[in-house]
Amino acid sequence: MHVKPSRMTLLRAFAAAGLTFLAAGANATEVNLYTTREPKLIQPLLDDFTQDTGIKVNTVFIKDGLLERVKAEGEKSPADVLMAVDIGNLVDLVQGGVTQAVSSKTLEDVIPANLRDPEGQWYALSLRDRIAYVAKDLDINTLTYESFADPKWKGKVCIRSGQHPYNTGLISAMIAHDGLEATEKWLRGVKANLARKAAGGDRDVARDILGGICDVGIANAYYVGHMKNAQPGTDARKWGDAIKVIRPTFQNGKSRGTHVNISGASVAKHAPHKAEAIQLLEYLVSEKAQSKYANANYEYPVRAGVKLDPVVASFGPLVVDPLPLAEIAKNRKLASQLVDKVGFDN
Amino acid sequence: MASTTEPLPLQASHSGTQRPRPWLEAGWGWRAGAALIAICVAAPVATLVWLAGMGDAGHWSHLIRYVLPEALTNTILLLAGVGVLVASLGTGAAWLVTAYTFPTSRILSWALLLPLAVPTYIVAFAYLDVLHPIGPVQSLIRNLLGYASPRDFRLPDLRSMTGAIFLLGFVLYPYVYLSTRVMFATQAANLIEAGRILGLSSRGVFLRVALPLARPAIIVGLSLALLETLNDIGASEFLGVQTLTVSIYSTWITRSDLAGAAQIALAMLGLVVVLIMAERRGRRRQRYSNTQRMRPMQARRLEGGPALLAMALGWLPIVVGFVVPVMYLASETAKHLHLTGGVSEQLWQSGLNTVRISLLATIVVVLCGLIVTWAARGARPGRPARIAGLCARASTMGYALPGTVLAIALLTPINGLDHALSWLRQSLTGMSPGLILMGSSTALIAAYTIRFLAISIGSLESGLARIPPSLEQASRLLGESPTGTFRRVHLPLLRPAIGASALLVFVDTMKELPATLLLRPVNFDTLATWLYAEAARGTYEEGAVAALAIVLAGLLPVILLARHQLKSGH
Repeated sequence: MHVKPSRMTLLRAFAAAGLTFLAAGANATEVNLYTTREPKLIQPLLDDFTQDTGIKVNTVFIKDGLLERVKAEGEKSPADVLMAVDIGNLVDLVQGGVTQAVSSKTLEDVIPANLRDPEGQWYALSLRDRIAYVAKDLDINTLTYESFADPKWKGKVCIRSGQHPYNTGLISAMIAHDGLEATEKWLRGVKANLARKAAGGDRDVARDILGGICDVGIANAYYVGHMKNAQPGTDARKWGDAIKVIRPTFQNGKSRGTHVNISGASVAKHAPHKAEAIQLLEYLVSEKAQSKYANANYEYPVRAGVKLDPVVASFGPLVVDPLPLAEIAKNRKLASQLVDKVGFDN
Repeated sequence: MASTTEPLPLQASHSGTQRPRPWLEAGWGWRAGAALIAICVAAPVATLVWLAGMGDAGHWSHLIRYVLPEALTNTILLLAGVGVLVASLGTGAAWLVTAYTFPTSRILSWALLLPLAVPTYIVAFAYLDVLHPIGPVQSLIRNLLGYASPRDFRLPDLRSMTGAIFLLGFVLYPYVYLSTRVMFATQAANLIEAGRILGLSSRGVFLRVALPLARPAIIVGLSLALLETLNDIGASEFLGVQTLTVSIYSTWITRSDLAGAAQIALAMLGLVVVLIMAERRGRRRQRYSNTQRMRPMQARRLEGGPALLAMALGWLPIVVGFVVPVMYLASETAKHLHLTGGVSEQLWQSGLNTVRISLLATIVVVLCGLIVTWAARGARPGRPARIAGLCARASTMGYALPGTVLAIALLTPINGLDHALSWLRQSLTGMSPGLILMGSSTALIAAYTIRFLAISIGSLESGLARIPPSLEQASRLLGESPTGTFRRVHLPLLRPAIGASALLVFVDTMKELPATLLLRPVNFDTLATWLYAEAARGTYEEGAVAALAIVLAGLLPVILLARHQLKSGH
């Protein structure tokens, strides 16, 4: 059967479409960053890095499926640094076998031992404490995480989906502290107190407090930095101004600290630019970069002695729950199942 | 709504007793092409099966006890609610502008498509703000009623099942409107006029003639709208509705159980396939082609009260699904520009990327759609073309999977191919290249094609179905070859359907988020990923700029689509 023009046209169009953007080859002085953390806030840091070292940073922001993508790309993967915003995610990357252990004196000196993997598979870059947003005129100054289940808050509590990693992290910590049974009871109590569906984002807690939907809520601290530092007159600023911050602690005697999750990074197993990757990590914990984390992102620095943003400093000193992060990562599945079991998001 | 109808006279004259002649079947080249396309679409499903097989069934007891009852109920409620809403809004609006003329009815006939340009996640995000206790609507109501603080008076929260049905219904109805409008405008005239002459009331004409006639068109639009609802994650997440898709996510993301997520996704896909097959079976004996010259029906002029009512009814879906969210985005954008004095370079670049990649993907999708539908026409059990018919059904599976699940499932086959290509190039040239498909936008185009092929197949199939077989028979009897017949008879007649499917695919590609997010190369953003990034770091104000850009970029194709449909309707 001979080929008629129309079919040729189809075939040609196919070939043309298929071969259109073909990528250029690799560059020696670059480093590829795959991140589940939205990169724009750390872009100034990456730009500084490029300026100081001449190493270009290529980024791709991937929300879900970072592990699956790097796994599928296999040994040809261009990924050098894998960045994630939840300890569970980082541990998943390690267990998925897409990271490698790296050692660096700088990283080990700067980052406290409980905030990095003993083998060097992952390193924390910043801390994110999960705190209470409270209506400004409410006359309370201390809270425990457990007290969010107190019936006095009935119809007054706002929080995002229980399945969100920030919340499963908190629930995991609760399981480690108080046990599975007590945590289930607590979660049912919080569920009964919810003013609205467990949905949306952390900033919605502040917005809903301003909107009179709730009085208290649980959310991450750096959003408060963003909101309270926003330009006057913007919505974000109004939300931020409607709340005050209390850093809750766990009730039990062992811990007097606040639950903290991390943003962190690993070097990819098949990193084509391993040296540059380590260089980038070292840069990210430098005085300069950590100060930017604290003052542009309002995250808590992992490096000691970095000056905080005034808003964040006003929350008082952060006492970190001494529970090891690995413990939190371990209970994550149990936590997620509990959320289903009590129908927290329904 | 899917009532079994008595065959109409027109259907009877071409009914199923008349089997297509063998020459109506496409050549082997077409069928091979269709098979290849079907294999590509099936590849991610095969990956899912493989992934599902890696896990054990241990988590099912947890799912069955705590997750599925609620998720299934929610999903069914959401689908039923959205289904009823889009079917009635879409069909009702199409009938309104076809059967009647009233002030603004001509504008309405294209403006009713505008909500297509607004992605569901943007609508949810806009309305959460507009209807929030501190938003403009409730503030106004409080002012009017004399309440000082939202603590004293609030409307019910939008984050609910009702809210989700309402929002999704008002942005997804254009799928039904589009297909039924074309049907009413081109097909219904004779029968409706016959109905009128025989003494049916307006209501009777609508219920007993127009509606049964429009059933395939309603189904085509409805299935697109419902699949979009089923696979929605953005709006459901915003509105706190726990659907099956949401449970797939938490199984995969929070419990790191990809195998379990694949199992649920497959079960869901199975359900969709069964429903679609049941529907096709239900109308397999009906044929809807019409040999008479296509012409629009005579519309009735409305005046006074009825005209006002018609205007109100016609404009309502546009106001809710388009005007309000766009005005909101525009005012947020204006506020942002006022503060920052401009938009960033990246936004322009993202816009350019979006248009370029959407155009490319559209071309590929429509070409694939043509191959598949042409190969499958005349498919009947027991004939060789039946395989091509199966290929056509298989080729629509991509749309029945949630975007991220599809993207995850594509990672394995695309990277497999990529490694093979890289190996090939290395052994030919000695150079060791990186990953070509993943390193370029080719992987994205493949993903869009697999995802949106259903849209082009749906509209091309219904376009082909409207071309009477007698035309092809005549062309063949006059000595034209099959391919020549395709080129000289069908392609020109299919032009409206090709145009419509191209525009729909373009708009959908532009709005696509999850697959783009996962499969794009480094340093590559589209408007949707840009918006998502803004939302992810909680700077919604800048998100509004990107959202508005997505809507604006989608506006031109939607208006083109509308004009196009309008023209083909006259």
